[in-house]
Formats: sequence, structure tokens, C-alpha cells
Amino acid sequence: MAKLFAVTILVIAIVSAIPIVRNTWHPMEDISTHGQAIDDQLSDTMWEAGISFLASQILLAWFIWRFSGDRPGEKTKTFPGGAKGLVAAAIVLVGVEVFALGIFGVKAWAAIYFTPPGADALPVQVQAGQFAFYFRYPGPDGTFGPIHPEQISEANANFYGLDTTHDQDSKDDIVTAEMAIPVNREIRLLMHAKDVSHSFYVPALRIHQDFVPGLDLQLHFTATKVGKYEIVCSQLCGLGHYNMKAYLDVMSQADYDNWIKQQAALQ
Amino acid sequence: MHDTSAHAAAHHGPPTSFIRKHIFSLDHKVIGKQYYGLGLAAVIIGMVLSWIMRIHLGWTNYAIPGLHLLSKTGAPGDVITPEYYLQVMTMHATFMVFFVLTVAPFAAFGNFFIPIHTGAEDMPFPHFNMMSFWTTFVAFCVMLLSFFVGDGPTLGGWTQYAPLSALGPVAGPGQGSGVVIWATSIAIFCVGQLFGALNFIPNILDLRCKGMSMWRLPLPTWAWFITSCMGLTSFSVLMPAVILLILDHVAGTSFFVPSNLVLNDQLQPHSGGSTLLWQHLFWFFGHPEVYIAIVPGMGIISHVLITNMRKPMLSHRILVYSMGALAVLSYMVYGHHMFVSGMNPVSSIAFSFPTLLITIPSTIIVLIWIGSLYGAKIRINAASLFALGFISLFITGGVSGFFLAQPSIQILLHATYFVVAHFHFTMAIAAIFGIFSGTYFWFPKMWGRMMNDTLGKVHFWLSFIGVYAIFMPMHYLGLAGNVRRYQAFVVDYMQPLVGVHQFITIAALFTGAVQFIFIYNFIHSRFWGEPAPDNPWQGTSLEWSIPSPPPHDNFGGRHVVVYHDPYQYGVQSSTGDYVMQDSPEQVKTINEEP
Amino acid sequence: MATTVQQPPKVEPRRSPQPGPPGNGGFRNLLPNDGSLRAVQDHAPAPSKTGIWVVLAAITMSFAAFTSALVVRQGAAPDWHHLTLPNILFWNTLVLLASSVTLELARRRVAVFMGGPRTVDLSPARWLYVTAFLGVVFVIGQYSAWLQLRSQGLYLATNPNSSFFYLLTAIHGLHVLGGLIGLTYVIRKLNRVVLRRTTLDSFSYYWHFMGILWVYLLLLLWMRL
Repeated sequence: MAKLFAVTILVIAIVSAIPIVRNTWHPMEDISTHGQAIDDQLSDTMWEAGISFLASQILLAWFIWRFSGDRPGEKTKTFPGGAKGLVAAAIVLVGVEVFALGIFGVKAWAAIYFTPPGADALPVQVQAGQFAFYFRYPGPDGTFGPIHPEQISEANANFYGLDTTHDQDSKDDIVTAEMAIPVNREIRLLMHAKDVSHSFYVPALRIHQDFVPGLDLQLHFTATKVGKYEIVCSQLCGLGHYNMKAYLDVMSQADYDNWIKQQAALQ
Repeated sequence: MHDTSAHAAAHHGPPTSFIRKHIFSLDHKVIGKQYYGLGLAAVIIGMVLSWIMRIHLGWTNYAIPGLHLLSKTGAPGDVITPEYYLQVMTMHATFMVFFVLTVAPFAAFGNFFIPIHTGAEDMPFPHFNMMSFWTTFVAFCVMLLSFFVGDGPTLGGWTQYAPLSALGPVAGPGQGSGVVIWATSIAIFCVGQLFGALNFIPNILDLRCKGMSMWRLPLPTWAWFITSCMGLTSFSVLMPAVILLILDHVAGTSFFVPSNLVLNDQLQPHSGGSTLLWQHLFWFFGHPEVYIAIVPGMGIISHVLITNMRKPMLSHRILVYSMGALAVLSYMVYGHHMFVSGMNPVSSIAFSFPTLLITIPSTIIVLIWIGSLYGAKIRINAASLFALGFISLFITGGVSGFFLAQPSIQILLHATYFVVAHFHFTMAIAAIFGIFSGTYFWFPKMWGRMMNDTLGKVHFWLSFIGVYAIFMPMHYLGLAGNVRRYQAFVVDYMQPLVGVHQFITIAALFTGAVQFIFIYNFIHSRFWGEPAPDNPWQGTSLEWSIPSPPPHDNFGGRHVVVYHDPYQYGVQSSTGDYVMQDSPEQVKTINEEP
Repeated sequence: MATTVQQPPKVEPRRSPQPGPPGNGGFRNLLPNDGSLRAVQDHAPAPSKTGIWVVLAAITMSFAAFTSALVVRQGAAPDWHHLTLPNILFWNTLVLLASSVTLELARRRVAVFMGGPRTVDLSPARWLYVTAFLGVVFVIGQYSAWLQLRSQGLYLATNPNSSFFYLLTAIHGLHVLGGLIGLTYVIRKLNRVVLRRTTLDSFSYYWHFMGILWVYLLLLLWMRL
């Protein structure tokens, strides 16, 4: 039975590796400027994890095969090098490997979080609330009007609680249910939570950030490919969490200019 | 370490009444078995809840027969509503993490075997020990109560992130009484844990018998010692957190709820609270908790493997040091649950380094296990199969941790099924396999009868293949961006993945059904199993030197004296290839620690 | 050819030693067989000492958690309103610290009683009663601090400062009440002349810790609220 078990471990390990090797399921194609570093990191990690996984499962299977049963006449033996060798192997092989991953990974993280947005990045605000995303563009004046929480009303479609009668800056704000951005243009995303924690996850854009009620956050990114993508909520926010999504439309600059004009007219 | 610490706790004689013997018992062995029973009840509940979840994920509109009996509002016409799915999910996780993984490998086996492994008559504070079980039992009942009160249990996940958890009923079904009941149950659970640590730690430090130095303690007892220290310092942080949560609910405070929140077009009255504060407090507890769930299993399977390999581990001390390192590091890594939470991105980098570092002691432990198999004479039985299976599962679970330790990769994998795969491999399957291994190994000692080994092997084979079939595909789902905690997949890019979910569901139902083989074996063996000898596995540690099951005071009044390290196998003695710890026989021993 | 071992080799089941005659139930039975109730053990088992450190570690972690909650909450929003601590708190502090002094006096008295003639004239429990009394005065004093705040319109949820004030004083107060229950247990044992030294020692550590913890909380409240 031991030999069968050893073979089973081996088969499971190999079968598990097949979809990875064949790339059957994989992240969406990256359409961001910063995503390459993340993808490289993922690929490096996959190699290291894959090799560690296969090597250790194979070793486990081999030893189970080889050293099961009474085998009368054979004495019990100790692994050559004993524990010290293995500790050294763990520290050197695994330790160095994971540290390298960690240090190289800082670069990918820094590209998103430790670099400021450019001065002419297009500002877009996203508000997450149970169970929809709403987006706001500042309009020609370039400033967002203040949010009056007590005036937020889904019933009246005043999602941001804007007071267009008293606040000059709010008059030209454009609120939409879909996010459209021009391709190859840096976007400065302002994130605001209306009620509970949500998250802004766009796999294709390699962006993933929680909304924090009480703390407005900013992100910046640039999309490099025209197309329609999905923004999904990934932080449990209530019964409608599974259905909380919006479309991200990446368009040419010209199409975007048309779109924003149309949206302004609908306000 | 002096002679007078040879004997244990209170000088209670053997109980005579039924209630004192089986219900309110001061005997650590009975308390251990009570905890085991509680864990068994909880795992059945958790497993059934998982079936409900899995069926729904594969076939969203399927009417599960009888579900309306559990909740009329949650499952009208037997089809589960979105909110009820989340409520079931929350209860599944809560029961499993608290009432199974903290109870069975730790409180159950620990209570039964720590005094025996230390050569003591009982725990030092048997009344507190009895209270620890009953407190945990009350917590269990309170948690169950949430199914039947108001609009059902809370739906916020076992992690109960604020403000969803703190706003009250306005945030959703189950977020009123459901949260308060959950938090109350958890607070009671924390008290039970403290009463347990109050016994485990002094027993191990102070009540060891003559000759039993710390290094002569068997590995499970070291594991329980390390786990008790973690439990002591982490549950005592969870309790303040849930107290603050309860206050936000019932007293109108705003610890976790900031100002200006609007739900249902109503401005909420709270002001000034910090959302992230909950996450910091919770995960400071939460990360050590997952090591509390796995470290006892590591100790148990090491113990089982050594007995079945007929040789000790390559290094007893390094295993202990590594488990200790895991415990210490576990407090420094908790922020890896919060990489994209909105906390300072520099903190994310800071937390990622200890997280990567923690792979080192984990790897050392795994390599020592595998290296110890070299040159062994592995006996194959149900207990050793589950122990070997544990190693394979822990490797898989640990390796997926490489990905999640890095903030940049979490941008893709945070809150996806990749995370679900990772924690199920390490906690749900590796830790459960540790419980099974311990059960098959120690059942003879605890209940005085042998379990059926053939059924045990069938249970193993079907479970091992089954759990890989359930959880390995979840890694792929995560890579493809399948977000977790969704009750259905209406997102465009997730549509192609539904077929994988259906496969997983079939595997889950199959594997769940297989567990009834274990339950049948357990019950049948309990009453009709072959009577067990004192030492069915030719083990060396002190539990094998006493009858199966042991008498009330464990050692029958004799003063135990220990002469050897716990794992003297592969020697030549009058008993065979092993010498028991309390045997005065002088033999050429292996790896005698100085 | 079988290469696996299905069952372990059959070995004669080991015969356990016959259980001995019922003894004292182990060394923890502190009543000697001659039934003399005046025998008080000086060397109590160590577990209670370790046990009390376990308890103190847990309490420390809990208050560390509450402290970090306070610090984070203070920084989270600009709604922190200064709260003037009622003066009675400082008197309460003196009372609690005095109770630690009386406890130490009690310990010495009990040691003399235990180590020498066990005459009732020594009234070893007297200073324990005083300690208990001071403990009760402390708790009442804390409650009266609450009443003062309530008369100013400051309740649990009024503002974050008041929330933490009530929370921290209440949790500490509950632990002091728990200590009083422990003290009752100690006094009862002493009156039956079966008090172990380590029981009294462990209780003392707990009680002194309550004092130290209170001084810490007072400083925290004074500096932060």
C-alpha cells in the first residue's frame, strides 16, 4: 500500500502541475503600464513555488516508496548530513529565494504606490456603496464639488449628495454608472466609500485596492488597450456583494471626449 | 525540578455519581473526550453548511430539499437567498475555525494527554479545567442560537470586518442580533481558552514527574505548550476587539464606525471610528490563530510518524525550535491579510518580509519530516497514512503561501479563490488530517478499543484524493481572478469558471459522504471494537505505560520516574526495538540529548 | 511479496502495575493522615505561581489591545474632546495603593502565624479584611467617579473620550471585583487554617498587578483624554 500511496502523491503532484504548465487558467491579459512587473513577479514565484512543490512531493513519495515496511535485515539509517544539512538547505535555498522574491517585488509595488501621479493625470472619483459603483468626473472646472452625505439619495439619483444649487464646483460634475477613460492617459482615481468596506478590483488593469470608510484613498494607473473590462467588488459588503460590479470602458481620446459630452448632457 | 512535583492537581478521589463521572467531571481525560465530542459535533455542522454552499455555487437556483426547515426566510422554496448564503458561509467558517480547529487538535487531545505525557495525575486546576470545557460548550450553544434568532446569523464572514459588522441591522440581514450573538459567543470562547491555558502551561512547566526534563517531553506536548502560549496572548486581544464591537452595537459607541456613512439614504449617527482598527486587532489575533490550528497537528503527526517509522526524528530540538519560531513570527506577519486594505503601503512591504521569513521554519519542519523518513521502516496503518498525508497537504498549502506573502502578487490574488485554496489546504485539510491521525493513533488509549484499520485506510484513500480534487482547482480559479465570498457568478469573466465549481462541488459532496465511514468506524469501535492492549503500537511515551483506558489517576498511584528521551526507537532492548520512557533498563540509545 | 506491514508485530500486552492502596491522593493533599487541621503547608505547589503569571499575561495583552484601540481611535478623527478626570480618581488611586500596603502587612502577619505559634490572638486575617475593605472602597469610588461624569452629561457613547473612560475603568473594576472574590477565598482558607503560602503569594501578585495596572490606566487617561 505504501508504494501505491507514493505513486498517488506523484500522480496528484503532476496532474496539479499540468494546468499551470499549460496555462489553462491564468490572469487576464495585462492592459496596464505597471502590470508587467507584477506578471514577472508572478511568473518567477510560479517557477520557484512549482519547483519547490514538485521537488518536495517527489521526495516524499520516493522516501515512502523506498522506506516502508519492515525490510528485515536492513537497519534503520539516518539521513546523510542529518538535521543540520537540511536546516542549512532550508535557510539557503528557501530563505534566499523568498528574500529575492520579496526584494524584487518591492519594485512592482512601488510603481503603484510610491510614485506620485503626473500633474496632468485625469482625475476620476469612484464611490463604492451597497451595491454599486458610481463614478464622478470633475467637468470643465477641473474640481469636484463637495459631497453632502445627508443629501445622498439613491431614490433621487443623487448618488454623491451634490448640492448643485449652492456649490459652484458641483454644477459641472458628471456622475455615471460606468467608468470610461481614454487609452494611454494616466488616470488619478479618487476612492470614496459611502457605507461599508468595498474593494476596487480590475484584474486586467492589475489594480486592487480596498475602499476604507472614513479614509479617502488615491490610486493612479494608465490603461494601454481599448476595450471593455469589469470592475468587481472583492471586499464582502453585504448580500449584494456578488453583484457589485461596473464596466470600465477604455476608449480612444476622441471617443472619450464624445462620451463625456454625452454624459454631461444627461446630468 | 523536585520530587514533590510528581503528582498533579487537586486531591480528588475517583468520582462516583454519573454526573461527576461523565458530565461535570474534573478528570482531564473526560474533559478531553468532551472537547473531542464537541469538535465532532462542530465539524459535522461545518461540513453540512459547506455542502449547502457548494451546491449553491455549482447550481445557483437548485432547491436543496429541506433547506426551508433551517430557515424559512433564508431559503424560501428551498432555494438559498444571497444573504443566507453569506450567513451559512460565516457560520461554516466560525464553527470550523473556533469549534473544530482550536478544539480538537488542541483542547481535546491536549487535555487528555498533557498530564499523562508529563507524568502527572491531572491538570493543576481541575475546576478551571472543567469550566474551560463548559464555557466553550456555552459559546457553542450561543453560536448555534444565532440561526434561530431574528433574521439569522451574521453574514459578515468569520472576519467580521467593520463597518459592516458594527453598523447594526441597517447594514443587512443578520447584522443586528446576529453580530451581537456571534461576538458574545466568541467572547465566551476566549474565556474558555484562558481557563485552558491556565491549566496547560503550569502542568507542563511545574508538574513534570521525576526525570522528565522539558526536552524529554514528547513532541505533541511541546506543540501544545507553544500553542497555549499563542492562545493566551492572542485570544486576550480578540476579546477586547469583540467587546468594542458589541459596544458599537448595543451602546451607541463608535469605535469602528466613521462619520458620514449613508445606508438606505440615511446618514448614520456614528462618528469618528476607525475601520482599520478592527482589522489590526482582529488579525493580530487571527494570524496566531491559524498557527494555533496547525501547530498541534504538527506535534501529533510527528509523534505518530516516529512510532510508525521506528526511529526518532532527525532532530527533536530543531523541530521544537522551529515550532517556536513559527509561534513568535506569527505575531509579526498579520498585516499580510491587509496588504490592500488601505493601510500605509510601506507597512505592506514591512509585513511581507516576516511573512516570507516564516517560510523558513515551515520548510525546516517539512524537510526534517521528509529527511526522517529516510532509512525508516514505515508501518502503514490509518494513523500513519493520515500523518504522511498531512505532510503532502502542508507542502501544498505552504507553497501557495509564497504567492500570498508578496504584496505585488496579492494585487492579483487577494480575496480570490487562491486564498481560499491556501487556507483550506493548511487548515481545513492538513489540520483535519492531523486530527484523524491522532484519532486513529490514540483511540485505543482514550476509549480502550481498537478502531477498524481497514475502514480507516478506506477513509484515508478516499479522503486524500477527494480533498485534492476539491481544493487544488481553487488555485486555478484564483489565478483566473475568481473573487471569493460570491454566492453566484454573474460577472462576465467568471462565467467560464462555473464548470470548475461544479467539479469541485461533486468532489466535495463525495468527500463529505466518505467521512461517514469515519463516523461509523468511530461509533462502532467505541462500543464493539476489539479491546485494546496497553501498548498496541509499541510506543515509548508515557501514555503507553498505562492501561487502555487509563485509570482515574493515570498512573495508578505510582510515582513515575522517567529515564529516557521520548523516542528511543531502533534500539535493542528487552521489549524489542524500543525502550519506554519510564523503563529503568539501560540500553544503547539513539540521539540522547545531553 | 509483502513489503508493507499491515499490523504491528504481536507483543505480549504489558501488564500494568496494580494500583496502590488509596493514599493521600498525591502530594497535593495537604492534610496529614492524622487529621490535624492546624497543619498549614509552607511550600505550596508551584502551579499557582505559574498560573497567576498566565492570567497576568492575558490581562496585560487585553489592556495593550485596549490601549492601541484608544491610540488609533484618537488619531482617526478630530472628534476628541478633552475630558477632565474627576478628582476622586486620585483618591481612589491612593486607596488602591494603600490596599497593596495592607496586603503586604497581611502577608507578613500570616507568615508569622504560619511559622510560629498558631494562636488566634495573632488575628492573621485582620489586614486581609482591611485590604478587602479598601478594595470595596476603591470600587465604590470608581462608581462615584462615573456618577460625577454622568452629572456632567457624559455617558458611555457621548464622545470617544467618555467611551474609553467608562470602558477602561469598568474593565479594570471588574478585574478588581474578581480579585475581591479571590480574596474572599483566601480569607476563608486562612480561617480554616489551610491556606497555602503560594495561594496567598499568587493572590498578592494579582492584587498588586491591579494597582500597577490602575496607575498605568490613570496615566493613560490623564495624558490622552
